[in-house]
Amino acid sequence: MTQRNMTSLERTLTTLEHREPDRVPFFLLVSMHGAKELGISIREYFSKAENVVEGQLRMRAKYRHDCISAFFYAPVETEAWGGEVIWREDGPPNSGRPFIRTSEDIKTLEPPKVRETACLIKVLNATEMLKARVADEAPIIGVAVSPFSLPVMQMGFDRYFDLMYEQPELFDHLMKVNQEFCVEWANAQLEAGATAICYFDPVSSVTITPKEMYPKTGLRIAKQTIARIKGPTATHLASGRCLPITDDMARSGTAIVCTSSLEDLAEMKAACREKLTVLGNLNGIEMRRWSPAQAESAVKDAIAKAGPGGGYILSDNHGEIPFQVPDEVLLAISEAVHKWGHYPLNWVKDYEK
Amino acid sequence: MTEIVEQFEQAILSLDRLTAKNMLTQSMDKYGWTPIQFIENVIVPALNRIGMGFERGMIALSQNYMSGRICEELVNSVLPPDAPDRKHQPRMAITVLEDHHLLGKRIVYSMLRASGFELSDYGQTTAEALVNRVREDKIEVLLISVLMLPSVLKIRDVRALLEQTGTDIKIVVGGAPFLFDDMLWQEVGADALGRNASEAAEIITRIMGDVS
Repeated sequence: MTQRNMTSLERTLTTLEHREPDRVPFFLLVSMHGAKELGISIREYFSKAENVVEGQLRMRAKYRHDCISAFFYAPVETEAWGGEVIWREDGPPNSGRPFIRTSEDIKTLEPPKVRETACLIKVLNATEMLKARVADEAPIIGVAVSPFSLPVMQMGFDRYFDLMYEQPELFDHLMKVNQEFCVEWANAQLEAGATAICYFDPVSSVTITPKEMYPKTGLRIAKQTIARIKGPTATHLASGRCLPITDDMARSGTAIVCTSSLEDLAEMKAACREKLTVLGNLNGIEMRRWSPAQAESAVKDAIAKAGPGGGYILSDNHGEIPFQVPDEVLLAISEAVHKWGHYPLNWVKDYEK
Repeated sequence: MTEIVEQFEQAILSLDRLTAKNMLTQSMDKYGWTPIQFIENVIVPALNRIGMGFERGMIALSQNYMSGRICEELVNSVLPPDAPDRKHQPRMAITVLEDHHLLGKRIVYSMLRASGFELSDYGQTTAEALVNRVREDKIEVLLISVLMLPSVLKIRDVRALLEQTGTDIKIVVGGAPFLFDDMLWQEVGADALGRNASEAAEIITRIMGDVS
């Protein structure tokens, strides 16, 4: 029998058990759009925990999605390590010049102390305030960049690849240092009220590193790290492909995996059935120019492919909706989820795209 | 010929610089090839196969980067930047536009240099500074690499500024967002899209007819 009137948290937990809740859970991972809601710049928006709290609550009321995101911006972690953050008016900030420039920098690297670092304390404060407002009605998602992926911001992609392929001992050292930080940072967010941690690990994607490397690198590090994170995790690969490594990912300890819009959602669902919940995979880049009808069609198609049986959360494929996506598109996506996402999905058997 | 290309591809994907180097020297002895013939007969086809593999999701970005780097080193050793066999035409430059992600540019730069082309590396630029520099240097083909969507949309500003100043130039773009939206490259006013780094050489060769 299908349950009715579930809270967002109940809906999400039910699908994680690979059962059908009342409706397909809908994670609209909006961060920068909160600045639009408050009528301020992106930089000003992220300067205060209160702004992010207000933005997240207003956006949830507007788009009726099933999660709260306590995520600020990815370079908040490099900022914590003393790196530079470069702001722009029309998108997320970037990490500035890499702060690891030599082998010696890696040997002497010390992780920042989470509870003594202003930019991280701000995120923790926002998480605490969000928890006070939403309690257990909806999941609050914290984000921690994986030890394996953080070096892209710490030292740049090219030097990181050189390290990974050509200096294995130094690579292992960097992983150990990063792991200590990642575990402390993830657990601090859980203590502040996050329900789960998005383990942000794009470098593990087969788009970035070959699948043969995953067991020895990304998977090994994920197993060690996730085992020490005191709450559930969802692995996000930021649009990267992961279908060839789903069996391995299921052994990492994660509960959810996000798939790229370049992968077939039905194939992904079949590969993950009963092992992992699939999150995704609306195309965030294309979404910018969708009509309401296209938005509805994309949502319907995703639900038809991955919704039956639970184990599916509808979301975008990158983990952050681009600032350029109009509110009207997000509203159309939300409308479509509420129209087509209710279980039982009887319409799916007759569905043809 | 296919066999030697596949063997070379395997060597560079395995980071086996020694085999790659030996194949080059042996081919010069065995077939009497010049370095540029080895580049055209072996390196370019091998990099194309790797690029196609990346596009199909069979080859990872790290492999793409490392293989390009190895080939660039190899080609540099036998064909220095000022070698007469280097292709200095059309006048080309590559840049990262209003973005801080440099890897894509690095790979395309390596691939083109490994294919025997010579080009200017402008590093990171803004739209206005880029247009000024392109005009000063009389660039005919401009390669723009971007990762962030807002940076992609800035290419429209570059095209508009070039048109305002009456500058006739081909713009070739590349970067992840273009792979997620097939219409994006035309929307921003580019003349061509490189779906993978190794396509750059083919695109340049194709549009050389247009600029000459």
